[in-house]
Amino acid sequence: MHQAIEVLLQAIPYLIGGAGLTIVAVVGGMGLGLIIGLPMAVAQVYGPAPLRAAAGLYVWFFRGVPILVLLFLFYFGLFQLFQWNIGALTAATVVLGMTSGAYQSQIFRGAILSLARGQFRAASALGLSDRQAIRCIVLPQALRLSLPGWSNEYSILLKDSALAFVLGATEIMARTQFVATRTYQHLALSLAACGIYFILTWVGVRALRALERRVAVPGFGNQEAR
Amino acid sequence: MTQSPILEVEGLCKALGGKPILSGVSFSVRKGEMKVLIGPSGGGKSTLLQCLNFLHVPDAGVVRLAGQAVDPRQRKPLYAYRQKVGMIFQDYNLFDHLNALDNVSLALRKVKKLSRAEAEGRARAELARVGLADKEKLYPAELSGGQKQRVSIARALAMDPQVMLLDEPTAALDPELIGEVLTVIRELARSGMTMIMATHQMGFVRSMADEILFMQEGRVIEQGTPEMLLDIESGSRTLDFCSHLAEFESGGAE
Ligand SMILES: Nc1ncnc2c1ncn2[C@@H]1O[C@H](COP(=O)(O)OP(=O)(O)OP(=O)(O)O)[C@@H](O)[C@H]1O
Ligand SMILES: [Mg+2]
Repeated sequence: MHQAIEVLLQAIPYLIGGAGLTIVAVVGGMGLGLIIGLPMAVAQVYGPAPLRAAAGLYVWFFRGVPILVLLFLFYFGLFQLFQWNIGALTAATVVLGMTSGAYQSQIFRGAILSLARGQFRAASALGLSDRQAIRCIVLPQALRLSLPGWSNEYSILLKDSALAFVLGATEIMARTQFVATRTYQHLALSLAACGIYFILTWVGVRALRALERRVAVPGFGNQEAR
Repeated sequence: MTQSPILEVEGLCKALGGKPILSGVSFSVRKGEMKVLIGPSGGGKSTLLQCLNFLHVPDAGVVRLAGQAVDPRQRKPLYAYRQKVGMIFQDYNLFDHLNALDNVSLALRKVKKLSRAEAEGRARAELARVGLADKEKLYPAELSGGQKQRVSIARALAMDPQVMLLDEPTAALDPELIGEVLTVIRELARSGMTMIMATHQMGFVRSMADEILFMQEGRVIEQGTPEMLLDIESGSRTLDFCSHLAEFESGGAE
């Protein structure tokens, strides 16, 4: 018992350093996912047939393959093949981002499809171009409606990020393993990792909840956010 | 009234889902005129109004505004045309995430490229004109149906349209709210606005319409002044249709 506490006290700053890398991977992954997912959702709803098909194929692929397989496929396979020499953490961030893009596109697409169709026509009738109608009317509403789904996606991605350790990224899970195999304090260290993930989930979800409240519009969307 | 027409419609045809909805509709509207579209449900009134500002692109036919034919394939002129032709929908279609002021000022900023201050000044004037000066901060969900429709009228008027298209603007309203919207439209007509309006508010039609177009199965089958078509002696299809309307619409705000 004594020993476990001693190991923990020494290991925790090291694990928290790993949390920094986890945060980089998750925030980077969410950001990349947004950059990929939002245009793809717009393309799937408003785009011409070939673009819709391409987006559909992308979503089908990234939703159909386990993240672990994707990590291997890209890091040891495709990135090597194209001689793209990036670190394990960057690679994990890119793969998480591409995967999240597929899921996020479906969150945004669902939100866009749930909007009242007539508003787009009203915007057109005022002389707005399709582009302007999407930017000024569709997206501000769809993004608000997407926030609960986005917060869910954050908590999933955070947990998926633990897989980055298989590439050798020294995030929370890799550091937990590293200390545990040397000190044999598996239980204590795993519990510490649990605690860190739990705190990261809680903080992120709370922050997104606060954002949701900040941008809330009376009578629009998720009422209980108020 | 010898001036040339402001809006001319010639041989408009439109099929939807493989079914002909409009089959050669032609008419012309002079400046300051109020044309009313009447007819049974599914007769093509909404489709016609949406074709007039190319929310539906007609399969055939020509629309001319002040003598100029509109080519819907050319984006820039189409967007310019739509600014000159305001549209009011049955279910308002206000932008749900914007308050009344932003609903009215958005297109002024994005389309007419006014500064925020100019756009809001103009928007406030239009809201005052429809009697909603004190409601500018309210969001659509906080407005009554009649107030929403008045905001949508202010939103269209802010673009300085030459013609207004109104598709059953009071059909979704509770009876006690119909009057406030019709009052605004009546004011608008008095100020000289050219309008094409689908409505079944017969009291309003009798007092305000310059001409009735009776539409059925995608065609204008009767056309004339209310005095002509609604005269008991006329024996018109319009009169027949309207007397059936009156049977279950006795009462109401008009
Ligand atoms: N997108 C569409 N695809 C197929 N058919 C359509 C479509 N939109 C409308 N229609 C059909 O077109 C016909 C005319 O509809 P429209 O809405 O123009 O009639 P209306 O005169 O406005 O009727 P109402 O008084 O009920 O508003 C209807 O039979 C309708 O079912
Ligand atoms: Mg209709």
